[in-house]
Amino acid sequence: MDPMAAIKQTFFQECEELLTELESGLLKIEDGNDDPETVNAVFRAVHSIKGGAGAFGFDELVEFAHIFETALDLLRSAKLAPNPSVTKTFLRASDSLADFVRAARENGCVAGAHVKSITDELNALCSGAAKKDGTSPPKQQNIDDLDFQPVAVSLDSIFESTPEEPPPFTQDFLIRFMPKPALYAKANEALCLLRELGGLGEMSVECCVDEIPLLSELDPEGAYLSWSVHLRTSADEARVREIFEFVEWDCDLDIAAADVGRLLEEFQAALEPCAKLVSLAEQQKNNNQHMASATLAPSDEHDDNAGPVKVAHPSNENGAYPAQTTIRVDLNRVDRLINLVGELVINQAMLSQRVAEAGLPRASSVVIGLDELEQLTRDIQDSVMAIRAQPVKAVFQRMSRTVREIAAMTGKSVRLVTEGEGTEVDKTVVERLTDPLTHMIRNAVDHGIETPEARAAAGKAEEGSLRLSATHRSGRVVIEVADDGAGLNRGRIREIAVSRGLIPAEADLTDDEIDNLIFLPGFSTASTVSNISGRGVGMDVVKRAIQALGGRISIASNPGRGSTFSMSLPLTLAVLDGMVVTVADQTLVVPLTAVIETLQPKNANVHVLGDGARVIATRSSFIPLIDVGSVLFYRTEETDPTMQVALLVESESGARCALLVDAIQGQRQVVIKSLETNYGRVCGIAAATILGDGRVALILDVDAIVDRPRMDRADQTLVAAE
Amino acid sequence: MSKTILTVDDSRTMREMLLLALSEAGFSVLQAEDGVHGLEVLETALPDVIVTDINMPRLDGFGFIEGIRRHHKHRAVPILVLTTESDVQKKDRARRAGATGWIVKPFNPIKLVDAIRRVAA
Repeated sequence: MDPMAAIKQTFFQECEELLTELESGLLKIEDGNDDPETVNAVFRAVHSIKGGAGAFGFDELVEFAHIFETALDLLRSAKLAPNPSVTKTFLRASDSLADFVRAARENGCVAGAHVKSITDELNALCSGAAKKDGTSPPKQQNIDDLDFQPVAVSLDSIFESTPEEPPPFTQDFLIRFMPKPALYAKANEALCLLRELGGLGEMSVECCVDEIPLLSELDPEGAYLSWSVHLRTSADEARVREIFEFVEWDCDLDIAAADVGRLLEEFQAALEPCAKLVSLAEQQKNNNQHMASATLAPSDEHDDNAGPVKVAHPSNENGAYPAQTTIRVDLNRVDRLINLVGELVINQAMLSQRVAEAGLPRASSVVIGLDELEQLTRDIQDSVMAIRAQPVKAVFQRMSRTVREIAAMTGKSVRLVTEGEGTEVDKTVVERLTDPLTHMIRNAVDHGIETPEARAAAGKAEEGSLRLSATHRSGRVVIEVADDGAGLNRGRIREIAVSRGLIPAEADLTDDEIDNLIFLPGFSTASTVSNISGRGVGMDVVKRAIQALGGRISIASNPGRGSTFSMSLPLTLAVLDGMVVTVADQTLVVPLTAVIETLQPKNANVHVLGDGARVIATRSSFIPLIDVGSVLFYRTEETDPTMQVALLVESESGARCALLVDAIQGQRQVVIKSLETNYGRVCGIAAATILGDGRVALILDVDAIVDRPRMDRADQTLVAAE
Repeated sequence: MSKTILTVDDSRTMREMLLLALSEAGFSVLQAEDGVHGLEVLETALPDVIVTDINMPRLDGFGFIEGIRRHHKHRAVPILVLTTESDVQKKDRARRAGATGWIVKPFNPIKLVDAIRRVAA
C-alpha cells in the first residue's frame, strides 16, 4: 500500500480511539471527576485529531477541532467551570467532531446548520469565559484567523526531487556569531550551525580564540570561541537567520547584508580589531581566490564522521523500536488459528477415547499424560478464543450518544449509567450487538422513561436513569438494559395484542406472558409511529438478532418502577453448548440455547389430531410433537413417544414445539464445523461437529425443523393421493 | 552509519509519519509513546537526536526534556520539540526546559530533516 494511505488509515483508526477517549473523559467530567489528568486527556484527544487532520489537509476537521480545542483549553486552564451545560455542549461537540472525522474519511461533508449551532455554542463559551476573565473576548474563530495553518504533507515527491542548478550567489553576508554557554547546554553545536550556513553558499570562516583562558581557569562547559563568517549566497537574510532560529537567545549574533566594497571602506576607516575580517573582504573583492582560512563548501550532511558518540543500533535498517505492547493481526489469521485449535481439541478427544477403549489403567503414564494434554488443549482453546474477545466498551460508549440524541428529541432528561464495560465477548458478538442494543436503548428512552413532568408528578427524580450493564455469568455474558421509567403498560399491550389478533380476547395470561407479547412479530406499542423507535422494527427483530447470536432475551417489568431487558449471549461463536442426543442410532447435537425443558411424554398427554399429527399437552397448552427421526428420514415407522424423550424447543420466531429423540447422551461443548463449506446445505441441519470418537455429528437447525412439519404433511398428502 | 532519531509522540499517526519521513531521509528511527517511555528507551539506546511532542500523557515534553537535561547520562543529546502551535510561549517554555530546537506541526518533511541536520553533530 502507498505509505501515506496506510498512515491515513492509521489516523482514522486512531481517531476512533481518541473519540472514544474524548467521550469517556467528558462523561467523567460530567460526573464531577474533573481532575487535571482527565481534562488533559480530553484536550489531548482533540489536539491529536487536529494535528493529524492538519497533516492530511482535512481543513474542515482542523477548523472545527481547533475551535473545540480552544474551548477545552479554557477548561484546562480553569477559566471555564465544567457545569452541566458546558459538559453537554462539549459532549455534543464531540459528536460533531465524530461526524467531521467520518466526513473526512468518506470524503463527505457535515450538515451546515448543525455545525453552525455547535460552533456558535463553543464560541459563546470562549467569549463568555474571556469576559469573566476580564480580557477581551477572542475573535470569532474561523480558518483565516488560525495561528495554526494546516499544510498537507506529501512525502512522496519530497525526497525524489533532483537537485537543480544552484542559482548564482548574489548576496554577501557578514556574520558574527558568539555562542553563550546556554547554547551548548541545550545541545546545540556551533559546528552544525556553521556547516548548515556553509550549505547556503560559499563561505569563509574565521574563529576567534582570544577568549580562551588558561587551562586552570577553563570551565569545561563554558563558551569561549566566536566566529566571523563571510557568506556568499543566493539566499535571503531570512533564510540565513532561520539557521540561527534555535539559538538566537543563547548567542550574540550580528548578521549584516553587505556591499563588500562599501564595507571595505568602512572597515578600513574604522576598526583595527577587525583587520583580519577586512583583509578577507578585500581578498573577496579583488578576486575569488580561495580564502586563507577554512573554506566550507556546500557539503553532504550524510558524510559525517564528526559525531561525538555513536551507538550500536538495536534494530534493522529503518525499523522502529518495538514500542507497542499490542500488535494488530489480520482477523483471518486468528480465525485460522481458532479453526486449527478446534481440530486439535477434536483430535485430543479422539485420542482420549481410543486410550479409554484400550482399557489402560488410570494410573498409567499414557493416561496421565493424556490428562495433561487435555488440560493444555483446553487452556490453548481458551487463550485463542480470548484473542477474538473484545470489551463491550466500544458498543456501550456508542449508546451514550444514542441516549443523548433521543433524550433531546423527546424532551426527556436521561442519564446513562454503564457497568462492566470491560466485560469481554467475541468480536462478532460485539459487532452484531450494536443494532439490537441501539434499538433497545431507543425504546427505553422513548417508551420507558417518562417526561420530566410525569416523573415529577410520580414523585421521581426528573432525570430518568438508564443502566446498561454487562457481566459474566456461568460461561455466558449477560447484558442488561434497565430503566427506572413507568414499566410496561400491560393493559395496553394486551389490548394491542387482541386488536392485532395475536391472542384471543378471552386469553388468560400471566404478567410474564403479557410482557413477552412485545416480542411477537408486528407488535409495536407506539400509538403513533415516531421517527425514534417506530421504524417498522419491533422487539421481535431485536429478539431474532439476539437469537441469531445464540442468545436469549427476557424482560422483567415492574409497573411504575421500570423495566429490565436481559440478554444472555455466548462468549464465542466458534463453539456451542449442545445437548448430545441419539436418534435412530445416529448421534445429533441440539443447541442448548434452543432447549427450554425436557419432558418424558406420557400416554395421557399425547393426542393424535385428525391428520395424524400429534400434540403433547404441557402445563398451559398443546404443542406439536415432532419425531426428529422421521423428519430427517432416518426412519419411516411410527415411534412410541412414551419410550422417547421430548425436548421442548423454541424457534427464533417464537414458535414452540416438542422434538422427540430416543435418548439424551449428555451436554457438551462442541466445535462448530460448517457443513455448507465442507459439503452442502442440508435442510434441518445447521452445521456439524466431530465427536470424541471421531464420528461426525450433525447439529440440528431447530428453526427449520419447527417450521417443517406442515410442508412434510403436505408432501405426504400428495404421496397418498398418487 | 546512519544517524538514529528517537521520536516521542503519543499519536500513532504522528509516529508513523515521522518514521516514514525520517527513514526516507536515511535515518534509523526509535519510537516511544510518551516521556516516561522515552526515558525508558534512553536507558538502553543513545540516539543522535530526539524529536518529541509536547502534549503527552504521563510525562509531557517539557518534563521529558528537563529529565534529560538535568542529570541524565545522555544530557548532551539534541532535542527538537514538535509543536502544533506557533505559540511563542510554548517555544519559550520548551527552550527554558532545554530544548535544542523545534519543528512546527504539521511538519514539512524537508524542514524536519533540515532541523535535524542543524542539530545533529
